[in-house]
Amino acid sequence: MRYYFDHNATTPVSAAVLEVLVPALLEVYGNASSIHQDGQLARQKLEIARGQTAALLHCDPKELVLLSGGTEADNLAILGSVRAHSRARKHVISTAIEHPAVLNPCRELEREGVEVTYVRVGSDGVVDPADIRRALRSETVLISVMHANNELGTIQPVEEISAIAREAGVLMHSDGVQAAGKISVDVKGLGVDLYSMSGHKFYAPKGVGALYVKNRTALRSIQFGGKHERERRPGTENVPGAIALGSASQMAANELLDESVRVVALRDRLERGILDRVPSAGVNGNTVRRTPNTTNIYFDGLEGEAMVISLDLKGFAVSSGAACSSGAVEPSHVLLAIGLTRERARASLRFSLGRSNTESQVDALIDAVAESASQLRHLSPTYVARS
Amino acid sequence: MSGGVDSSVVAGLLRRNGGSVVGLTMQLWNQRRLPELVPEGGATGRCCSLDDVYDARFVAQHLGIPYYVVNFEDRFERQVVRPFIDEYLAGRTPIPCTLCNNFIKFDQFLDLAAGVGASRIATGHYARVDWNETTGRFQLCRGLDCAKDQTYFLFGMTQEQLARTDFPLGGFTKPQVRELARELGLPVAEKPDSQEICFVPNGDYAAFIDAYFRERGIAPEQTRGEIVDTDGRVVGEHGGVHHFTVGQRRGLRVAAGEPLYVIATKPETQRVIVGRNQDLLRARLDAKQVNWISIAPISGPVRAQVKIRNKHEPADATLSPTSDAARVEIHFDEPQRAVTPGQAAVFYDGDLVLGGGWIE
Repeated sequence: MRYYFDHNATTPVSAAVLEVLVPALLEVYGNASSIHQDGQLARQKLEIARGQTAALLHCDPKELVLLSGGTEADNLAILGSVRAHSRARKHVISTAIEHPAVLNPCRELEREGVEVTYVRVGSDGVVDPADIRRALRSETVLISVMHANNELGTIQPVEEISAIAREAGVLMHSDGVQAAGKISVDVKGLGVDLYSMSGHKFYAPKGVGALYVKNRTALRSIQFGGKHERERRPGTENVPGAIALGSASQMAANELLDESVRVVALRDRLERGILDRVPSAGVNGNTVRRTPNTTNIYFDGLEGEAMVISLDLKGFAVSSGAACSSGAVEPSHVLLAIGLTRERARASLRFSLGRSNTESQVDALIDAVAESASQLRHLSPTYVARS
Repeated sequence: MSGGVDSSVVAGLLRRNGGSVVGLTMQLWNQRRLPELVPEGGATGRCCSLDDVYDARFVAQHLGIPYYVVNFEDRFERQVVRPFIDEYLAGRTPIPCTLCNNFIKFDQFLDLAAGVGASRIATGHYARVDWNETTGRFQLCRGLDCAKDQTYFLFGMTQEQLARTDFPLGGFTKPQVRELARELGLPVAEKPDSQEICFVPNGDYAAFIDAYFRERGIAPEQTRGEIVDTDGRVVGEHGGVHHFTVGQRRGLRVAAGEPLYVIATKPETQRVIVGRNQDLLRARLDAKQVNWISIAPISGPVRAQVKIRNKHEPADATLSPTSDAARVEIHFDEPQRAVTPGQAAVFYDGDLVLGGGWIE
């Protein structure tokens, strides 16, 4: 029996989504740009799906660019908006705890001569809006701050930062990949100009996502081809993917409140259970401002990597740090950025819950974590030295 | 699992015997570091290259066993790469494989395996372990394939490590192992053997040391100096003592009537001393940090065959204890060529590995 506690990495496609996806793959095969009725059917289904997805973000469907996922959304938002600016000197503000899908487009811009400030965050894993304000320059053209952090689940003060951006006449992007579908998102209320989301983080399949682009926001394409998606994203529309995204969005919107109450209770039970049973453990980051499904716990003196393997062999999927290209685990840049030592960053595990998890699964996981920790600590010279 | 034939066959044999097997690959070195050393077209055929990890994962999938890559990069750099460099700069010729075996593979890796619930580890080394009832010790013996025997690199193993380690290839020859790989249907059956030092491309360790220093923004220790003969006459110049090892002939660029060889390197004076082949002969050496494997520490002279580098034919010698229990004096029956500080002296009684230490 496998118990899955890694929903921030990805989620399984839900049965309800599959029920609309499979017929769509079979029947909605037309090219949404074609004139004939097969094409028209595809176009119609695409626009319904766009509307359902827009409803989750509380935006106008016309403001939503459908694309392949979070990475593409972040690339288009950052590269597209900064390159659309004609001025010679440009400056971008982001943070040290962003996902690589934001950090690496920023590095690419640096290679193009754009200056980027990566604002540091406190030990709670939450950006201080005052630090963003201090980083502003007359050349600043874009601020990009994630909505929820993937490792810690910490929710960033996007609304306050958007107000700062608006006041300064600067565009505001937020990577909402870990927020959309988990917490309520209202892009108008947040005041952002650009917002990224990805379907597979909330029970749609991999390979589909969306970028909210506020009306009249200048954006230059980063790929070149046909005139799809209002000339913002070329390529034949992934209609079945969009249908699945729309269905998942609708389901998430309907169940958001009930599901977050249920998941918070499970998450807190897990956290309490682990902290009660395992010595020298603690929660990383702010425990109040965070997504309902995520907890990140350090186990001093242990290797998170060994814990992941040990738990996996017992049937539990959890995560530690970021996988490098070989598949080995590297210390998380997020945990290092909030001031953890390399040792403690390596000793941390992320548990991210979702629909499939139940109380009895959580209890089984607590037992397994306690058992693995004691097996590994029994052998850990660093722990013996410290205890 | 390195992604090579040997460790893949080990996994296949264990699986065939019905054991519960977990495949692990150690990520030891980031091949994208020191890009100046990476040949055009990438770093295939070296340790931890993505292709090798891909192969190991493919073998694990083929065998249907769980498989993980574990990150030992920090520890490998601290306990193998830096000591390796320090040894060269100190005028010695280190053996990184032995450091890795002593401090990574049969130490922290063994612990990690135990921690995730594996009671034993198995590796693709060509060596054998037996239990000797009479002495109450685990014994380490040479692999049956003399050409492939790897016990020279394993002399640091303790009784506790031997108790928890299997070398399933010890009774096979390399051609037999390849045959087994084919029999098991392993996708790596025809993969060529790997190189000697996994993290050093093309065996050019001096270029590696130079690149490592450049990466760290440290000016390489100013090791340029003079080449002098055994009488102290300056006969040439060199670009750093770490470019030389005892017994080396090439790279000296010194014109002389007869072939010249490196006799010693002296980092304190930055000098490389050269001489004739016969100047390389030594009848005795001192081994330090001696580890006894198959026998208890000796209390009187013991006859043995001693191997002073991996490709050396073991030579008859007498081992004598000294007042320091970790130090052994070795007298060869016949003087041996190029006794090299930093290499290991490993003591054999036939196939049995008695123990070994580091040459001073």
